[in-house]
Amino acid sequence: MFVAATIGILASMAIVLVRALLGPTVYDRVMAVNIFGTKTVLLIAVLGFLTDRPEFLDLALVYALINFIGTIAVLKFFAFGDLGLTRRVERGPE
Amino acid sequence: MIETVLDYASWASILGGLFFMVVGTIGVLRLPDVFTRLHAAGMTDTMGAGLLILGMSFQTVVGIMHGETSYWSVLIRLVFVYAFLMFTSPISTHALARAAIVSGLEPWTNDHEDDA
Repeated sequence: MFVAATIGILASMAIVLVRALLGPTVYDRVMAVNIFGTKTVLLIAVLGFLTDRPEFLDLALVYALINFIGTIAVLKFFAFGDLGLTRRVERGPE
Repeated sequence: MIETVLDYASWASILGGLFFMVVGTIGVLRLPDVFTRLHAAGMTDTMGAGLLILGMSFQTVVGIMHGETSYWSVLIRLVFVYAFLMFTSPISTHALARAAIVSGLEPWTNDHEDDA
């Protein structure tokens, strides 16, 4: 059963990668990478059960958090052109 | 007896999760623009991930019934993974849609198809 789950998740990861490569806008690519990260979390969890070492779920937890932070950071960079630092510097101390 | 039922429920949940995951992924590949693709992506995140994690939770419950007490921590971690996904997936979807709108992307409508 977990072999089937692993193969299914890997197949959908491959399809999402196709969208990340094709994606006409940068938002398609960010979305594809975000979905890829979610699927990676699930893949790590399923692989833990497949190899009878469910402790892998710690890695899945960390990966979920990193994936979220990374998506928000990349989005902020592409939507506003920076991560907020330059504008604060331009505004000056007053 | 109840372990067999839980095993079958776990099978059904994991297969259902795989179905939603593959369907959502095909939607991401084939739908016409970012906003429609976000809809498919959201389905992958809620139903696909939710059902897969539910299936794995059934497996851990079966493990607990077999007397493996270490599986309790696995169950708690599964709940945490699910909670994180349920918090972060809507936030990132919303941020993506907002960033795409702010950048001036026009949502796809049927009229465009007729003009072309």
